[in-house]
Amino acid sequence: MKVYADHAATTPCDKRVVEEMLPFFTDVYGNANSQHFYGRDTAKAVAEARATIATLIGCKSNELYFTGSGTEADNWALKGVALHKRDKGNHIIISAIEHHAILVAAEWLENNGFRVTRLPVDSTGLVHVEDLEKAIDDKTTIVSVMYANNEVGTIQPIRELADVAHKHGALFHSDCVQAMPYLDVNVGDLGVDLLSMSGHKFYGPKGVGALYIRNGVKLDKLICGGGQERAQRGGTTNTPAVVGMARALQISRQEMAVNNAHIVALRDHFEERVEKEIPYIRQNGNKQHRVPSISNYSFEFVEGEGILMLLDFNGIAVSSGSACSSGSLDPSHVLLAMGVPIEVSHGSIRFSFGKDNTMEEVDYIVDKLKETISKLREMSPLFDLKKGGTYNV
Amino acid sequence: MYNQKVLDAFAHPQNVGEIENPDGEGTVGNATCGDIMRITLRIVDDRIVDAKFQTFGCAAAIATSSTATQMVIGMTVDEALQLTNARVVEELEGLPPQKIHCSVLAEEAIKKAIEDYRAKKENKTVDKSHIDYV
Ligand SMILES: Cc1ncc(COP(=O)(O)O)c(C=O)c1O
Ligand SMILES: [Zn+2]
Repeated sequence: MKVYADHAATTPCDKRVVEEMLPFFTDVYGNANSQHFYGRDTAKAVAEARATIATLIGCKSNELYFTGSGTEADNWALKGVALHKRDKGNHIIISAIEHHAILVAAEWLENNGFRVTRLPVDSTGLVHVEDLEKAIDDKTTIVSVMYANNEVGTIQPIRELADVAHKHGALFHSDCVQAMPYLDVNVGDLGVDLLSMSGHKFYGPKGVGALYIRNGVKLDKLICGGGQERAQRGGTTNTPAVVGMARALQISRQEMAVNNAHIVALRDHFEERVEKEIPYIRQNGNKQHRVPSISNYSFEFVEGEGILMLLDFNGIAVSSGSACSSGSLDPSHVLLAMGVPIEVSHGSIRFSFGKDNTMEEVDYIVDKLKETISKLREMSPLFDLKKGGTYNV
Repeated sequence: MYNQKVLDAFAHPQNVGEIENPDGEGTVGNATCGDIMRITLRIVDDRIVDAKFQTFGCAAAIATSSTATQMVIGMTVDEALQLTNARVVEELEGLPPQKIHCSVLAEEAIKKAIEDYRAKKENKTVDKSHIDYV
């Protein structure tokens, strides 16, 4: 059996999306910026894609900019605003559990003279509004907090956080890459000035994303080049990708209620069995405020890579929060920020379910997971200690 | 990332467990920075006749633990002290560069277990001489 339970990493492209994209590779292949009829046909498709997405997230077409990825949209938002508003202030605020697209972009800004505050989270991964109140000052130009976290799925109180940012004259950006497939993301409801998305998380193509920039918000360009994207982002528009992303979001919204219910049922069954059948575990995340897809568990006394590989041998694809890669183990920054002890964080696995998973697959995962954990624990000196042994390290 | 030999050693590790009342035992590592390995040895006339391991760690740590125990069984303690992590890695036909540090654990655990064996042996001798004098 082969089971894919890593939908937070990426999703398969929906066949209906692929069908929508195909003509734009071979038939409607003009450059959207060309003056002839080939270009006009493509430009029309790009305009329609933009309008579709804009309508779905509640913004105007001219507020939506296509990018080459979610990562690019995040970088553009953070660096673009920070650099543009450098004269007003050099302080930016992010949360401690942002995706690397924001985390590393903030580090870059820090290395280039900006002051960065990383908001703490509680043990469930929630950012608290009071912490933003404390951190923000009149030098703060942008606050960036993700809507849903990619490792544990916790959903943040974006509206409240955005209100605080605005009260202090700062702009607010939200990375909505993980929220997009499961929440009815709307820029007006969220009160954000900038918002990032990525096509491949909601059954669309990879290598395409978008940044919403509220009209009136000014930021520096990241990708300099031709006049594409209202001269704000150079590069020939990836027509098949933007058409595919629009179709994918459309399908995602139409089928969201059904898919969410299905995924919740899978996840609940999974969690019920795991919690009943596997001892010494710890769930990471927030039971109330979370996207339906993600279940993150720490399995004590064992290490994530081993779990991942044994599951992989059994045809199960999941992902681990940490792997010992470069000299020392690099534990997940998200779990550490949530206060999960380092040695426990090493044994953390993220299961992320999708619309095409079945109950049978979930049962198969739990069966193999049980085997895997007990096999590794039999090998683990830490588990032996737990059972009553003593010795010095 | 890993070659087939490492994958096999990880999937089917040999000598897992612990020897009761071992002649030598060594535990090295630390859970905070990563891997922990414990080795127990049965030693007869300065020759290792059995070795078992328990490892908390990544696949590379488990694979090298298994291979290292296989390699030292049959060696004299002096020979086993010469065993380097490089030799264990060679036996596994290589590890990804960022995983080489994980193989050091096995070498250290074996050294520590042999030190423990020697310390115990000396204590025994001391004890005996003590008895002799009484
Ligand atoms: C929260 C979050 N932000 C940003 C990204 C990056 O998106 P992309 O893969 O399109 O660069 C991801 C996906 O890995 C993500 O989960
Ligand atoms: Zn390791």
